[in-house]
Amino acid sequence: MLSISNLHVSVGDKPILKGLTLDVPAGEVHAIMGPNGAGKSTLGYAVAGRPGYEATQGGVSWKGEDLLGLEPAERAAKGVFLSFQYPIEIPGVPALTFVRTALNAQKRARGEEEVTAPAFLKMVKAASTALKMDFDMLKRPLNVGFSGGEKKRMEILQMALLEPSLLILDETDSGLDIDALRIVAEGVNALRSPDRAMLVITHYQRLLDYIKPDRVHVLAGGRIVASGGPELALQLEAEGYDKYAMEAA
Amino acid sequence: MNAFPLIDLKDASSFPSRRVEAWKYSDLRRHLREAPAPSPSATVPLVGGGPFEALGGEAMVFVNGRAVGETQMMVSGDKMVRLRLISRAQGTGHALTARLSVRAGAKLLLLESHEGHGSAYVAHNRLELDVARGAEVTRIVLTDEPADAMSITQAQVRVEAGGLYRQTILTTGAKLQRLETQVTHRARGADVRLDGVYVLSGERQADLTSVVDHVAADGVTSQLTKGVVRDTARGVFQGKIVVERGADGTDARMGHHALILGERAEIDAKPELEIYADDVQCAHGNTVGNLDEAALFYMQQRGIAADEARALLTQAFLIEVVDRIVHEGAREVVREWLTARL
Repeated sequence: MLSISNLHVSVGDKPILKGLTLDVPAGEVHAIMGPNGAGKSTLGYAVAGRPGYEATQGGVSWKGEDLLGLEPAERAAKGVFLSFQYPIEIPGVPALTFVRTALNAQKRARGEEEVTAPAFLKMVKAASTALKMDFDMLKRPLNVGFSGGEKKRMEILQMALLEPSLLILDETDSGLDIDALRIVAEGVNALRSPDRAMLVITHYQRLLDYIKPDRVHVLAGGRIVASGGPELALQLEAEGYDKYAMEAA
Repeated sequence: MNAFPLIDLKDASSFPSRRVEAWKYSDLRRHLREAPAPSPSATVPLVGGGPFEALGGEAMVFVNGRAVGETQMMVSGDKMVRLRLISRAQGTGHALTARLSVRAGAKLLLLESHEGHGSAYVAHNRLELDVARGAEVTRIVLTDEPADAMSITQAQVRVEAGGLYRQTILTTGAKLQRLETQVTHRARGADVRLDGVYVLSGERQADLTSVVDHVAADGVTSQLTKGVVRDTARGVFQGKIVVERGADGTDARMGHHALILGERAEIDAKPELEIYADDVQCAHGNTVGNLDEAALFYMQQRGIAADEARALLTQAFLIEVVDRIVHEGAREVVREWLTARL
């Protein structure tokens, strides 16, 4: 279970999250929706441990373990994966090298045996075929010159290989056309499992047609202001966020 | 046009101070007020064959300035030479001059290693290299010197018509370390590449200075130097390209890019282009910055610890220079050498 209680996060001097409380049990997919500037991306960064997004109050735990005291890489080794809205380009580091380095770093941190190069190549070939990715692309520097869709697929490929237990998808649908969206959503859906929790952050309902959430939460003014079933997403799509923006203010 | 004073280790009055423009950032006189006592001839037997041993080739070896074999070489055909400049001295000084002449159409891969042992020595190395018409020379330099050593290496390279000269210097610096290259395009259509990498930590300093003189037409010069400085280290890059009257059709490009990874580390960069000819293409770029914070966080988020993420990004930044080395075997040796020093 991901358990966030009374979380306060400031960026610089500006309070962004103001007492956010949320539980996501393992095996469930929860969507976070909300207007621009509500603090959706900040939530993802705070859980993942981005410098400059430290909690000033409250707690975040995953499977009963406190996350806030851990370095970002330690959180990753505990299973936390944040899929970036705009995945970063890393010139000079081939995608394959990057993912293998990350996977083995996580395994080392958990005291597990590292993956050998041939075993890793086999894993990558299977995963990239499932995502309809060109294997040669993975020899290029990570995300450099990749299209928006390719970058998102690269994120899903990393998820498939790193096998995180807590997935946070930050605006995964942005910049994707309908075909790319379908492939990316299939990749995410393939990772659904009873011991994984997923937090899907999105502004639009569109993504939720493909990744069906168990629960939908509205984030406005730095707090969860409403929660409900999948029907809440449809209602938001029809009515907009005005009501909640007013409430939050 | 020789802007560089002649240095004689036996004569302290020949040591340039920062008042000499070309030595502004490497004040030899401040560090060395008196001529050092001459280094003894090293009696210790040589161990190993230097960092390029695995590649084979012939060896040309100097220990404390004294040649073990020849000091001059005439190269014909296709040759690989390991030029090993070994210092085994404590607080003393030594100097050497090596001459290599590469005949028309010949090929030379010159693998130069500065292997410093002992402490606080002063080394002065001079290299004269003639690249005849249509000859091809690749010079790769790896320097490993103690943090309290001082060394000055001055290479003078003359390239004749259609000659090809490629140079890559990699260094971890010393107390004061100057690696100077002067190249003259003496006849039409010479092609020159001057690359460098410096990785400096502690209180080390390295000074990569070059002067490329285009006397003849249609010459190409391409320079790429990248560096990383940590702690209170100091990197110096001075690159000067002169295009003389009549050297039309010259194509010269110079890039220097550095990362400052220590709050008190320093970079001094001085790129200069002097152009007296028409119809030339010249460009230079110079950047100094820090590692990308967003990239660091992204890597950590995927499980790569902060230190490893920094090392990976640093290596990725520098490796572009190493990738320009054409000889595969040499490139791999250099890549491993660099990776071990990040």
